[in-house]
Amino acid sequence: MTPEPLHEVTLTVNHVPHQLRLPARRLLSDALRHDVRLTGTHVGCEHGVCGACTVLLDGQPIRSCLMFAVTADGASITTTEGCLEPDGELGAVQEAFHDCHALQCGFCTPGFITTITAYLETHPNPSEQQAREAIGGNLCRCTGYQNIVAAVLRAAEIKRERSAP
Amino acid sequence: MTTKLFGQRIRRVEDPRLLSGRGRYLDDLGHDALAVAFVRSPHAHARVLDIDVSAALEVEGLVAIFSYDDLDGKTSEPLPLLIPHPALTHGRTPYALAKDEVNHVGEAIVMVVASDRYVAEDVVGLIRVDYELLPPVVGVERARDGGALVHDDVPGNVAATMVQEVGDAAAAIDASPRRQRLQLSIERSASMPMEGKGVLARWDADDESLLVHTSTQTSTSVRQAIAAKLSLPVDRVEVVTPDVGGGFGVKIVHPWPEEILVPWASVRLNRPVKWVEDRREHFISSAHERGQLHDVTVGYGDDGRVTGLSVQFWHDNGAYTPYGLIVPIITSTQLLGPYKPTAYRVEFASLYTNTVMVTPYRGAGRPQGCFVMERVMDAIAADLGLDRALVRERNFIQPDEMPYDHGLTFQDGRPLIYDSGDFPASLSKLKQLVGWDDFAKYRERAAAEGRRVGIGLACYVEGTGVGPYEGGHIRVETDGSVVVSTGLTTQGQGHQTMLAQIVADELGVPMERVRVTTGDTRRFKYAVGTFASRTAVMSGSAVALTARKVRAKALRIASNALEAAVDDLEIVDGHVQVKGSPGSQVDLGAVAVLSNPLRYAFDEAAARATQFATPHDPDQPPVAADDEPGLEGSGFFSPTRSTFANGMHAVVVETDPDTAEVKILRYCVVHDCGTIINPMIVEGQVHGGVAQGIGGALFERMEYDESGQLLNASYMDFLMPYASEIPHIEIDHLETPSPLNPLGVKGAGEAGVIPVSAAIAAAIEDAEGVVITAMPISPSELFDLRRAREQRGEAR
Repeated sequence: MTPEPLHEVTLTVNHVPHQLRLPARRLLSDALRHDVRLTGTHVGCEHGVCGACTVLLDGQPIRSCLMFAVTADGASITTTEGCLEPDGELGAVQEAFHDCHALQCGFCTPGFITTITAYLETHPNPSEQQAREAIGGNLCRCTGYQNIVAAVLRAAEIKRERSAP
Repeated sequence: MTTKLFGQRIRRVEDPRLLSGRGRYLDDLGHDALAVAFVRSPHAHARVLDIDVSAALEVEGLVAIFSYDDLDGKTSEPLPLLIPHPALTHGRTPYALAKDEVNHVGEAIVMVVASDRYVAEDVVGLIRVDYELLPPVVGVERARDGGALVHDDVPGNVAATMVQEVGDAAAAIDASPRRQRLQLSIERSASMPMEGKGVLARWDADDESLLVHTSTQTSTSVRQAIAAKLSLPVDRVEVVTPDVGGGFGVKIVHPWPEEILVPWASVRLNRPVKWVEDRREHFISSAHERGQLHDVTVGYGDDGRVTGLSVQFWHDNGAYTPYGLIVPIITSTQLLGPYKPTAYRVEFASLYTNTVMVTPYRGAGRPQGCFVMERVMDAIAADLGLDRALVRERNFIQPDEMPYDHGLTFQDGRPLIYDSGDFPASLSKLKQLVGWDDFAKYRERAAAEGRRVGIGLACYVEGTGVGPYEGGHIRVETDGSVVVSTGLTTQGQGHQTMLAQIVADELGVPMERVRVTTGDTRRFKYAVGTFASRTAVMSGSAVALTARKVRAKALRIASNALEAAVDDLEIVDGHVQVKGSPGSQVDLGAVAVLSNPLRYAFDEAAARATQFATPHDPDQPPVAADDEPGLEGSGFFSPTRSTFANGMHAVVVETDPDTAEVKILRYCVVHDCGTIINPMIVEGQVHGGVAQGIGGALFERMEYDESGQLLNASYMDFLMPYASEIPHIEIDHLETPSPLNPLGVKGAGEAGVIPVSAAIAAAIEDAEGVVITAMPISPSELFDLRRAREQRGEAR
């Protein structure tokens, strides 16, 4: 059998451009994890249901297990590694998860971090009910979500604290 | 002593790494390893006639294809029966690759090794297997009738039958003023951790050693199993558990076929080899739990006191029984909860079916037992028109009866003796938390608005911290940092934080100086594993005892250096000092230097311990005959028996009059796991357990069709709760210390899940006036119950 043709793909991940040569069927999640080798993005179900693989594509949350890497050519992608502060400290959402014990095994967590990071950009002051709805598309098997809801509210608070002059 | 960390809400030390993407789960390792995919049986029961790989051989990137005939030595024998039991007369385990028969959809037949997973799956798709179909046995009823057999040599599909009895239950029931019989059932669910299983094996031919990473709940035992199966000296095998994305029981089973095959292939190919389970594989080739039918007869007095209880149940163990009879034995014994029926008989049959095997999932047989007992309590209350809480109270074991011996044998082979607990106090707290006595008024107000609401409660007792033992090793480094190792594994419970709290307190060092590793056989070789809510009890106690040893040694060495009596010394903030005289002190790092007499000054600290730097007695050896160099020590904890935690849940539900959807309005928990090390972590465990319980009560079931196909083997179809399905959970604690370990702790990991189906069934029953005997319950099933009641002409 002939080898699979490879395609030139440029992914800008967390502000760093990566030139990759990938088969057309390579999933974006696999490209991020095994080619770019940023393994913070996790794969829980491979059919877009659990949300663990959520990354931001040009700022919008998407399921990286449902997209081929070639279709993301030229896009700017943010993973949980990219949600850190520029100095490497935990970002607001990550710090809030730490404060609120919003993670246990941590496997689903990167998908929540990216989802909530995007959400707070447009909803800086959510109510508890809105916070619960904001995470309604991500599965977690450990926490029962209560502390994740609390972390959404705490993250909004931290963001305000950090942006205060 | 500095501020005590034990009992504090300390933020987890694990978090920053996991939050910033620096966690290392199995598939984050070995990027350059060869990838494995399996041909798995599409049939529930079949003979394998022929395997044709000819169409696959030309695929670019294919490295090897293995089937049963390629296996050699002990790898070609059935996998071990991990927990033998005299009653398990017909235990059966699978082969690593199917020999000539497959017994469930998903059983591995052919292993493909290739350059990456995409290619491996291409090859899988080109391999043709011919089967002769055999009649599938699906569900307890089909298994029980014995018309078709899963294993030809297991008559009636019966793996085991077992009876335990205290007193003469039949006579006691006959003599009771009142009697009831109930048929109760619970369906299959599964652990479903967000990360499936996975194995990475790296054979080093030069060193003749094997390094295996696996997403397991017991690295020490996987190591022994791999060495035994591959006929390698145990000394040449190490097993490391990396970060694990949840376990909930399924990863305690070992060795999985893949845990043998991947290392075997790595040795054979002399290459790193990795297999990562995908979600569909996890559904059809790991393990499930919960499926049981129960036939219960209870006798009781007019006051609601149970005088005799007889339970017969049928446990669907799936196709194989590697984990023995643990789940049905736990149901048999933990069914009793906080109650004391005067006479009790329990009998079960563990039955084979052509489905995925059944092994413990968080709760491990207790949710079924609790469902049975609590349904009985509610049935008695309904019959007598008594308050449901009152009936429970009248049957409670009282605090002054502790320790309470049930006269039965528990899952660890030891007597079922409750060590402590105050059930009336727990119930009183729960009633107050949920507002039990005021609920009637709330119901009336709701009814006036056309709403149906109901309340239910359920109580459980959970044997935790089972033996035989756990251990720990602690070393104080010369920079004053403290390295703690324990052999059992971790999968999200915050063990590194909890164990660091204990060690920091015991040693008198700041917590930031303590680093904990778990589940790495290179660091600690003796352990049992993480299951049965045992880490705080077992490893917590082990590291506490070890820290006390290391502390004693530090004080002994420091007493020479400070020329003070040991009894006059204390350790504060990482310094040994004379009590009341903090000016006279030596830091623990310096004590570690002094503990190790040196010849060579490899760094500044070491220079202080060299032979010309320290005063010494020329007539004594530098290391005393009964001493060892280093400020370190190992210790073990092995309790006489399990310690029993308990809890009580109350739930308020509202049912939709039209759609029969169930909405949880309030969920209240009173939890007693003895002394609490970190309340934040304990509450997190309870939250997660309750959420899984709600999944099991209202949404999750394994939908097998009659041919043994699992129809909902995906997250799209198997409904696990999202945030929208889980209510805010209100928690109150009672702390009744255990007398069985030095910390007074009891396990907390599984607790939350146990009484949820029982409590929700009771609440729905209360709201609807229909009798609920099977869980989970879907809106359409509740709708059918309503309709049946209406057809009988009964009022709600």
